[in-house]
Amino acid sequence: MTTASRMPSSSLGAPQGGANLADILERVLDKGIVIAGDIKINLLDIELLTIKLRLVVASVERAKEMGIDWWEDDPALSSGARRTELARENEELRRRVEELEQGTRVDGGALGPGTGEERGKKADRRGERERDG
Amino acid sequence: MTDDLRYVYAVCRPLDAPLHADLTGVGGAPPRQLAHDGLVAVVGPVPERDFGREQLHARLEDLDWLAATARAHQSVVAALATVTCPLPLRLGTVFRDDSGVRAMLQDESDRLRRILDRIDGQVEWGVKVWLGAESAAEAAAPQPSGAPESGRDYLRRRRAGNAAREQSAARAEAFARQLHEDLSRYAADARLHPPQSGPLTDAGSGRNVLNSAYLVPRARSEEFLELVGRAEGTLPGLQVEVTGPWAAYSFTDDPEAS
Repeated sequence: MTTASRMPSSSLGAPQGGANLADILERVLDKGIVIAGDIKINLLDIELLTIKLRLVVASVERAKEMGIDWWEDDPALSSGARRTELARENEELRRRVEELEQGTRVDGGALGPGTGEERGKKADRRGERERDG
Repeated sequence: MTDDLRYVYAVCRPLDAPLHADLTGVGGAPPRQLAHDGLVAVVGPVPERDFGREQLHARLEDLDWLAATARAHQSVVAALATVTCPLPLRLGTVFRDDSGVRAMLQDESDRLRRILDRIDGQVEWGVKVWLGAESAAEAAAPQPSGAPESGRDYLRRRRAGNAAREQSAARAEAFARQLHEDLSRYAADARLHPPQSGPLTDAGSGRNVLNSAYLVPRARSEEFLELVGRAEGTLPGLQVEVTGPWAAYSFTDDPEAS
């Protein structure tokens, strides 16, 4: 794209090749049209998944960050304060995961029409019908 | 191969040219066009061992697999976006066979056409504004060096630091609001996304105060980018980041639904 090449590469984010994974995941997991396929991922599962990913990767990344103390001069923002913040955030995410997991068990967790189970069965029937015909 | 499932990347109007022969998608398989009644689904074969219902749930937990699949999905959509204005599907839309895909094109025809009409001739640009972690506060109030001399001095410094941070946060938000307003006026449509946070964003890029998407006519993209470029560097400590052109991922809601 000629338009793209005019922008400094640092701010362009190289979308076609090495685009930032966060930008790609944001779009392909969270945007794009939702169509009920034969094998349907429950939207709630996706939400659960992204939160889980954040939990797993966050603990690794944050641990790394703690080696680099950005605000060493500022007692208000010492690593202790951020550790508390991290613990609070993790706690909040865990609570959200539990909520979502409970929701999945109680009502099938479907955001759209029908549950994953129902869709799956319908899909199986359709598949069989078409193989028969 | 007959056991393979069908992964659908996008729906578009019939293409003038075939897809690039070297293009590969999820699982390394080349995508192809499946036409039905004036619409084209771009589909690729994927193995049941990855995309069957139970298997897919397990696979999604694997970050490396998910990242590779997301990149493959995006690379097919991006390739399509160079020759048409595709309507991208969400990751993991899978059908058992071609007739399932055709049935979907039939059932969803009206909605798909409405959205394709909206995004015709348009591309999506992503704009993010980052407030630098240190630079903004420092620019507002340089921190004295050395240890505080007393408890009172410590509290004074702490208050000054907090005030500076609040001030720069407020300025950043005002800047972001104004930028979004200006860009929205220029764009055919706009969406505000939740700010990005967490480990997948660049380390050290600061706090994300604006994360938005704009639907812009392809022909006016250059002017749009100039508009963004002018905003850059107007406030110290703020970084404006543009990504794109993307296929219109953020504009796939039904125009008639609202």
